[in-house]
Amino acid sequence: MKSLEELRKLREKAQKDIQARKTSNKAKVIIGMGTCGIAAGAREILKAVMAEINKRNLDVIVTQTGCIGMCEKEPLLDVQMPGKERITYGNLTKDDVSKIVVEHIVNGKVVEDLAVAKLED
Amino acid sequence: MEQSIYRSHILVCGGTGCVSSGCKQAQDALKEELAKHDLTSEIKIVETGCHGFCEKGPIMIMYPEGVFYCELTPEDMPELVEEHILKGRTVERLLYTEPNTKKNIPSYEEIDFYKKQQRLVLANCGHMDPESIEEYIANGGYEAIGKALTEMTPQEVIEEVKEAGLRGRGGGGFPTGLKWQFAAAAESDKKYVICNADEGDPGAFMDRSLLEGDPHRIIEGMMIGAYATGADEGYVYVRAEYPLAIERLQKALDDAREYGLLGENIFGTDFNFDLHIKAGAGAFVCGEETALMNSIEGKRGMPRPRPPFPAEKGLWGKPSNINNVESYANVPNIIRDGAKAYKAIGTEGSKGTKVFALTGKINNTGLAEVPMGITMKEIIYDIGGGISDGNKFKAVQIGGPSGGCLPEELLDLPVDYDSLTEVGAMMGSGGLVVMDDSTCMVDVARFFLNFTQSESCGKCTPCREGTKRMLEILNRITSGEGKDGDIEMLERLAENIKSTSLCGLGQTAPNPVLSTLKYFRHEYEAHIYDETCPAGACQDMLKGYVIDEDACIGCTACARVCPVDAIEGSVKEPHTIDLDKCISCGACVSKCKFDAISQA
Ligand SMILES: Cc1cc2nc3c(=O)[nH]c(=O)nc-3n(C[C@H](O)[C@H](O)[C@H](O)COP(=O)(O)O)c2cc1C
Ligand code: SF4
Ligand code: SF4
Ligand code: FES
Ligand code: FES
Repeated sequence: MKSLEELRKLREKAQKDIQARKTSNKAKVIIGMGTCGIAAGAREILKAVMAEINKRNLDVIVTQTGCIGMCEKEPLLDVQMPGKERITYGNLTKDDVSKIVVEHIVNGKVVEDLAVAKLED
Repeated sequence: MEQSIYRSHILVCGGTGCVSSGCKQAQDALKEELAKHDLTSEIKIVETGCHGFCEKGPIMIMYPEGVFYCELTPEDMPELVEEHILKGRTVERLLYTEPNTKKNIPSYEEIDFYKKQQRLVLANCGHMDPESIEEYIANGGYEAIGKALTEMTPQEVIEEVKEAGLRGRGGGGFPTGLKWQFAAAAESDKKYVICNADEGDPGAFMDRSLLEGDPHRIIEGMMIGAYATGADEGYVYVRAEYPLAIERLQKALDDAREYGLLGENIFGTDFNFDLHIKAGAGAFVCGEETALMNSIEGKRGMPRPRPPFPAEKGLWGKPSNINNVESYANVPNIIRDGAKAYKAIGTEGSKGTKVFALTGKINNTGLAEVPMGITMKEIIYDIGGGISDGNKFKAVQIGGPSGGCLPEELLDLPVDYDSLTEVGAMMGSGGLVVMDDSTCMVDVARFFLNFTQSESCGKCTPCREGTKRMLEILNRITSGEGKDGDIEMLERLAENIKSTSLCGLGQTAPNPVLSTLKYFRHEYEAHIYDETCPAGACQDMLKGYVIDEDACIGCTACARVCPVDAIEGSVKEPHTIDLDKCISCGACVSKCKFDAISQA
């Protein structure tokens, strides 16, 4: 270790690996993983979300939830930005994921044509 | 390709407590289950050190949700993975249930055991992979030594530690900054820092947990101590019975060396430092600082008179600074956040937090870190969840063999170094043994004296012979052979041993006897003069049980459980116990719902 600078660089890099354990004040993606969600391909969506987050180096929590009673719109995915409404997107394909991540999570704009509900959280 | 991040981390406790309750098997089953569902690349398993809640092990925390699962078995894993990981549903039955409210608590921060704690020293324990130097660094590790080396002089470091008011966590509570000042003042071409991880107190395991759960913190604390005192070499003296602690510490040392955090010209300065581990044989007296240094030098672990103190003439005759594990573990926080933030916690004379090991007849046993000045009642009832099996509190033993027993009247005592000494106990290393009314206090004193007596190195006569004489008397009293004058004799011997022994072992050995005499003298008297053991614990003194005719309703419950058929009586008539047959097992007492049975 040559300098404090070097340590701080190392810390930044290392913090990325444990970001899943820091939960406050972060953007959250919640994927509907009820039985029907899984059947409708929620796992593929989840994988696409992970890939997108990795690619863009984002600090986002990815978690999952059970059936929320909108099975006909599966696969479902919710985005919750800190302090904002929770938006549910439905009838998703893998290609929609990238759009949602870029527009909603990175730029903070709800993707209106994919959104199916707003949840008070 | 860069390692991708994981969507979820499962933190599995791999501390010694959980290892013994089967966390390895649970973890293997979990891995297998994750593989089966093709989740290995999405979910990361992190093996941590002790979470403190060893009683409820094996323990897992699922992130990002932060859900706390406990008492897991390998058979639970398919459900856990299927429900929690795949479907995102919390598995209710595996959550912790609060003993008083019977509520299931998903997030560990909401569990009473953790709510009143203030985990500064244990902040990383259970929350990171102790074998990963990167995770330690991610949590702000090595920032303090970096700051000390590049922005502070050694004297400024010492001033900061003095200002913080840190006192030694190894028992005596000597101010750490002052001790560092002495070592810094000594002139020598060579100095050492030593970490005392002997942890000989029965019931204590905080030092082990720190070494297992956050080894880099100890290394960093020692580095800061070395820089402050002018040492370039250090030893960690760990008892050989702590193999996991030694293994994790070794890994930490290797990694720190690889990152250039140990070795030469650390942080580009002219500070050089390296550390070794010395495994000790695990004799209680080897925790005494001069004995410990003898042991490192390869000699018999026997104390020598002080002065000269280690700060002048320590290891191999060189000035040395010796501190306890938890003392060093406090140091990085002090330097990183400053003395002011540190001393905001605690009491006038004792700053910061203290880690206690809660054991005995208490619902939540485990490790708890609390601010100094918290009351004994809060520790036992709010954090410890109260007395187990709904029994009645009798005493709490604090400070191990050098400490004392405190009665119920003192439960409101704010706990710190000085308040404990005032009432005849001692902080010691922070072992807390909670006892209920089935515990005989004379027997407790006997237990601790038996321990110190057999651990005495034998160098001085009062400690060697005096404790033996005291033990003989206690043995007689608990077997019903006590006689008039015994109490006075115990007191006389105690005072003699305390004032004439060479080291702390002898000087404190009589404490458990003296404190039980102070608060539970009537129990000694009952043994000697009434020939009964009020707690019903001393087997030799039990004469059997009798049934109170008026209270007995003749439900026959007792007769059915008596293993020797000593109880007779017809239904709805008062029962009787044949004292000649009764073996004093007590089975009937716990069955009787009407409190009709008592000692003869
Ligand atoms: C018999 C005996 C056993 C001791 N055992 C320990 C021990 O296991 N761990 C410890 O840190 N200090 C132990 N001590 C206290 C040490 O001698 C020493 O005071 C302490 O390590 C200093 O560190 P501190 O100032 O950080 O508390 C023991 C003392 C005596 C007399
Ligand atoms: S007081 Fe006891 S343990 Fe200490 S040196 Fe004397 S004989 Fe040994
Ligand atoms: S259990 Fe109690 S009440 Fe019932 S018969 Fe025995 S002594 Fe009497
Ligand atoms: S060892 Fe797992 S909680 Fe203590
Ligand atoms: S025989 Fe009397 S209590 Fe068991």
